[in-house]
Amino acid sequence: MNRGGALPISVNGVTRTYGRFHALDSVDLEVRSGEFLTLLGPSGSGKTTLLMVLAGFTRPDSGSVLFGDREVVRLAPHKRDVGMVFQSYALFPHMDVAGNIGFPLRLRGVARGEIAGRVERALETVKLGGFGARRIDQLSGGQRQRVALARAIVFEPRILLMDEPLSALDKQLREHMQVELRQLHEQLGMTTVYVTHDQREALTMSDRIAVIDKGRIMQLDTPRRIYERPSCRFVAEFVGESAFLPVSVAARTATLDGTPLKLAEPAGAGDGAMFLMVRPEKLRILPADRHPGDDVNVLAGRVTRFIYQGESYVLDVELSSGVAVGVRGMTSSAAMAALPAAGDPVRLGLDRHDAVLIPAGEGTP
Amino acid sequence: MSAAARETAPYAAALRADDLRERRTLFGLSLPALLLVFVTLVVPVGWLFWLSFLSDAGEFSLEHYRRMASQASYLRIFRTTFEVSLITTSLCILLGYPLAYLLAQLPRRIAALCMIAVLLPFWTSVLVRTYAWLVLLQRQGIINGWGMGLGLWDEPLPLVHNMSGTLIGMTHIMLPYLILPLYGSMRAIDGDYLKAAANLGASPTRAFWTVYLPLSFPGLAAGAAIVFILCLGFYITPALLGGGRVILVSMRIATDIELFFNWGAASALGVVLLLLTVALLYLASRVAGFDRVLGGTK
Repeated sequence: MNRGGALPISVNGVTRTYGRFHALDSVDLEVRSGEFLTLLGPSGSGKTTLLMVLAGFTRPDSGSVLFGDREVVRLAPHKRDVGMVFQSYALFPHMDVAGNIGFPLRLRGVARGEIAGRVERALETVKLGGFGARRIDQLSGGQRQRVALARAIVFEPRILLMDEPLSALDKQLREHMQVELRQLHEQLGMTTVYVTHDQREALTMSDRIAVIDKGRIMQLDTPRRIYERPSCRFVAEFVGESAFLPVSVAARTATLDGTPLKLAEPAGAGDGAMFLMVRPEKLRILPADRHPGDDVNVLAGRVTRFIYQGESYVLDVELSSGVAVGVRGMTSSAAMAALPAAGDPVRLGLDRHDAVLIPAGEGTP
Repeated sequence: MSAAARETAPYAAALRADDLRERRTLFGLSLPALLLVFVTLVVPVGWLFWLSFLSDAGEFSLEHYRRMASQASYLRIFRTTFEVSLITTSLCILLGYPLAYLLAQLPRRIAALCMIAVLLPFWTSVLVRTYAWLVLLQRQGIINGWGMGLGLWDEPLPLVHNMSGTLIGMTHIMLPYLILPLYGSMRAIDGDYLKAAANLGASPTRAFWTVYLPLSFPGLAAGAAIVFILCLGFYITPALLGGGRVILVSMRIATDIELFFNWGAASALGVVLLLLTVALLYLASRVAGFDRVLGGTK
C-alpha cells in the first residue's frame, strides 16, 4: 500500500516530569523505517507517555522528536499525520462504521465518491467488508478493534501508533489478533510503535522491543535477545519467569556454591557478585545414572512441589543452597512417567549456552 | 426436558413460588410511588380536563374552547408565550453551553466549587431573585445609574416592565436547568474521542463541531426541553418584570381564577397549553430522536 513511504522515528533526550516524578527521563530511541517496535513495561513505566509524545498529546519538557528528518516536537497532533489505535478504540458513537473510517478522509478533502471506495477497501483489509452501515454499538469487541485499525490506516499514514489495542479482548481473540496485526504490518509496511504491558504479546509481534522502566529504556533489542540475553535483572524479571542464583566472579570465572560455571559468554572483567539467570524451561531433569556431558552445569536439589498446567508442568525444586528454582517441561506421557515425586532428590542440567549472568546491581542500559 | 419432568424436578414449585414472591415485593415497593403519581398528577389533570368542558352553569359545553378560538387576544397570548419561551431557551443555550463547557474542562474539585456558584441562586427564592432584578434594571436602578454615570447612555434604558426585562429575568432563573444536564453529558464524553479526532486530522474547531457538539447534544436537548417546558408555565417572573405588557398564558389563567372565578376558562387554557406542549415536544423528538429530547444519555 505505501511500503516506500514508511518514515523512521528519532527520539532524542525527551524528558517529561510530573512534579518530582520522571515519566520520561531523557529518552533516546531510534525506530527504523517500516519497523514494528514495541514499548514494553509495567504500568507507570512511561511507555504510554512516550507514545503520547509521539502522537502529540503530551508535550515533553525538553527533547526532540523527528519523523524522517522533520522535527515534530512542537507540532499540534492534528498536523502530525500519524495513525493511532486507542486502547478504548475511541470510535465515534454518533457515526456508523463507514462514517468513522471516512472521517480522516473527509477532513483531508477527499472527494465523496473516492471516500466510499477507500473506506470499503480499508474494511476489506481488516476483514470486515460490508460492515460500513453498522452502528458502533452493534459491533463486538474484536470488530471494534478492527474498525479502529481501519480508521487509523485508511489515510495511509506513514507511522502507526497503537496503545494496548488488544487489552480489552479475551485471550483467544487477542492471540488471534496478534498474528493478524503482524500480518497486516507486513502487508502495509508502515513504521509501527506498539505499547503493551503483555510480554508475550511483545515477543510474538515485534521486530524489536524497548523495555521501559521508570521513564528509561532499559534494553532495546530483538525479542529473542531480550528474552535470552537480558541486560539487567529488571528485564530478566519482567520478561518471562526466572530464578536468580547468586554467583561470585573472580578472574573471569564465575563460581556457584564453589563450583565453576560453564557460561555462554565468559564473565566480564569486573570481579564481584552477579546472578545466574535460570529460566524454568532451560532446565532439564538429568537421569541419575548417566554423565550429563561437558557443556552442562549440574544443580542438585530436592523436589518440593509438582504443578500440572495442561500442556506443560512445573516442578518446584529447592537447591542444596536453599534457593528455589522452577523446572518446566512438556507433559508427554513418557516425560510424566519418569518425573520424580515431591521429596525426591533430583539433579538438574543447565546447558552452557543457556547459562547467562546478570549484573547484581540495578542495571543501566 | 418434558413438561411433566419439569413439574417433578427438585424444588421446581418452591423456586417458582420464590420468584412470584419476589415480584410481588417489587410491586409492593413501587406502589407508594405509583399512588403519589396518581394523586398528584393523574387526578388533578383529569379534573382540569373535566372542568374545561363544563359551562358556567355546570353543564357539558365547549364554550370555553369556542371563546378561545373566536377571540384574537387568546391567539396573541399563546404566541407571546411560545415566543418568550423560545427566546429564553435560546438565550439559555447561548449562555449555558460555553459555561457548561468550561465547567466540564476544569478539574472536578474546582468544577464542583463553580457549580455551587451556578446553583446558589437556584437555592434562593424565585421571588427574591425577581425583585433583585427589578432593583437592578429599573429606571433609577443600578445598571441605568452606572451606565449614565459612565456616560454610556444619556436616557435611562427601558430595561424592565417590558419584554427585555421578562427575558433577562427568565433566562437568569432558567439557566441552571440547562447547565445541569448539559454538564452531566459533557462530563461523560471520553477525552479519547477528541484525541482521536485530532489524531485523524481535525483542528480543535473541526473536532468541536464534528465530535464534541454531537456527543453533548443529548444533554443540550434535555436541558433545552426542561427550560422550554418550565418557561411555558412560568408565572412570577414574567408577571413582575413584564409590567403587564407581556401577557403569558399563565397570567391569563391567574386572572381568570382570581378575578373572574372562572375555573372552566382557566382549565381550558391549561388543557390547550398542555396539548400544544406535548405536540411540540413530539415534533422535536421526531427531529432529534425521542430518547434524546426526553433526557436519554446515549
